[in-house]
Amino acid sequence: MDTMKIVVCVKQIPDPASPGAMDPASNTLKRDGKLILDDSDAYGVEMALQLVAAAGGGEVSIVSMAPNGETAGMRTALAMGAAKGVLISDPALAGSDALTTAKILAAAIAKAGLPDLVIAATESTDGYTGTVPEQLAEVLGLPSVTFAKKVKVDGSSLKVDRQSEGGYDEVECPLPALISVTAGVVEPRYPSFKGIMDAKKKEIVTWTAADLGVTPVGWAGSGQKIVSVAKAEERKAGQVVEDDGEAFNKIVSFLENLKVI
Amino acid sequence: MSNNVNNVWVFGQISNGTPTTFTLELLTKARSLSTNVVAFVAGDGAAAAAELGRYGATKVYATGDLAGRMVGTAVASAMKSAIDGGETPDIVLFPQNYEGRDVMSRLSVKIDRSVLTNNVDVAVTGDGVSATTPIFGGNVLVTTAFSGSAPYLVSFRPKSFAAEPSGGAAAAVTTVSVPDAGATGTARVTAVHLEETSGPKLDEANVVVAGGRGLGESTNFALVEELAKLLNGAPGASRAIVDAGWVPYSYQVGQTGKVVKPSVYIAAGISGATQHMVGMKGSKNIIAINKDKEAPIFGVADLGIVGDVHKVLPKLIEALKGRK
Repeated sequence: MDTMKIVVCVKQIPDPASPGAMDPASNTLKRDGKLILDDSDAYGVEMALQLVAAAGGGEVSIVSMAPNGETAGMRTALAMGAAKGVLISDPALAGSDALTTAKILAAAIAKAGLPDLVIAATESTDGYTGTVPEQLAEVLGLPSVTFAKKVKVDGSSLKVDRQSEGGYDEVECPLPALISVTAGVVEPRYPSFKGIMDAKKKEIVTWTAADLGVTPVGWAGSGQKIVSVAKAEERKAGQVVEDDGEAFNKIVSFLENLKVI
Repeated sequence: MSNNVNNVWVFGQISNGTPTTFTLELLTKARSLSTNVVAFVAGDGAAAAAELGRYGATKVYATGDLAGRMVGTAVASAMKSAIDGGETPDIVLFPQNYEGRDVMSRLSVKIDRSVLTNNVDVAVTGDGVSATTPIFGGNVLVTTAFSGSAPYLVSFRPKSFAAEPSGGAAAAVTTVSVPDAGATGTARVTAVHLEETSGPKLDEANVVVAGGRGLGESTNFALVEELAKLLNGAPGASRAIVDAGWVPYSYQVGQTGKVVKPSVYIAAGISGATQHMVGMKGSKNIIAINKDKEAPIFGVADLGIVGDVHKVLPKLIEALKGRK
């Protein structure tokens, strides 16, 4: 391909370093604090930038969905080098299930103009339902290769090494297509200072669910309802000892007691 | 058993003519939900029909050779076609793995039904069908009920159920049609590569020795491999060092990797991120070695050694060698 248009789906999530919490009113994950770019999505952004560079031209854009107007995580992707973004922001989206999310993302991608390639992470770090990419491909009517660990564009096709249970499969997939990429597939670049400054001026278009004509969404469109949240039986901590140079003996006796050795 | 569940499907996987353990686990659960259990498999079902029946499948629906078509699109199309043809599954159970996720996702759009993923149990009550998933590293269990109508699509983590034979007869095999999936069906598998492994498989081993970032550098993973070998176990890894490229993805234990429940799990230089803990907390005995005494892994360890893995592991290896 001479030029490639790629859309990367990115999710803005609460910082995974801070402990997660549930909203007692809705029984869903709290997502009202500061949101950052999901680490898993940095790989997709980097992959897209590399494929566009290899093609010799084109454009990487990003699409994200959030119940509020948060763009901090999107700015990180723009600072890495994505050209522009679409944010679907609408309080009505709160409570949307994975299928509704896929329909919304598909509608936004179609409205912005179908690209040659859609890239997503294999799953988000906070919700990890793990079905949105493949659902999105089905809604868009695209072939897909999930769990891509190596991707090359060859003419109007993709050549992908896809993770499998016992190793990997080589897959050929004509474009346009969707792939989900595994963490570690490429080394995401750190945004440069110039990149961060430029990102502030890059365009993020905001659409609502109504702009996209997808109904019903949010709680109303969800095919599921949380009925209970309970504490699981906790595993108790056992003996903790400081290594004095002989602590390996503790492990030996522990294994002996279990008759492992 | 509830009256409103008459038919349960399991997306079954067959490897070298034998159903995978994961498939047998799901069949065991399926037969507790219904007396009509269909194993819906990609490829040729004949060779596996006896084993599928022995674990509770009453029928096998098989797609026949897919000739390189992607399992996700092909099986979802075949399932949709069977449903359009009058089949009425109330619940479809999927393994939470590469192919299971693909089939479930494609089918969910084709029949416009919600999915519940990453579950460890499913229940049918008067109110309907609900499934339970662990979150926050397994500290909290969330139970979610489907609203709307069947079929309900549910996926499970490995080892959520123990596979137990029912002693059922070989299941009757029906070959189902795989309709043309148009543009969505154009990807093709052109080659299959299997990684050579020696020793027990990670998710079946009695002992697992896993290494993390605390090992410092990739060459130190040799210590983990050596200890695993001495204990006739399998080496495993945290996501951090898989992402860093030290070891292949197939070594990964955790939320996005393998779920293991060995007799003994030894975590060397692993701090115990939620991502990792959900994959190993079900181990019968846990030994942790970590420099940081505040590391969360010590909260679940039966024996915790606060120390340097570079000192503890070589001594442990020497001591075990001395016993041989």
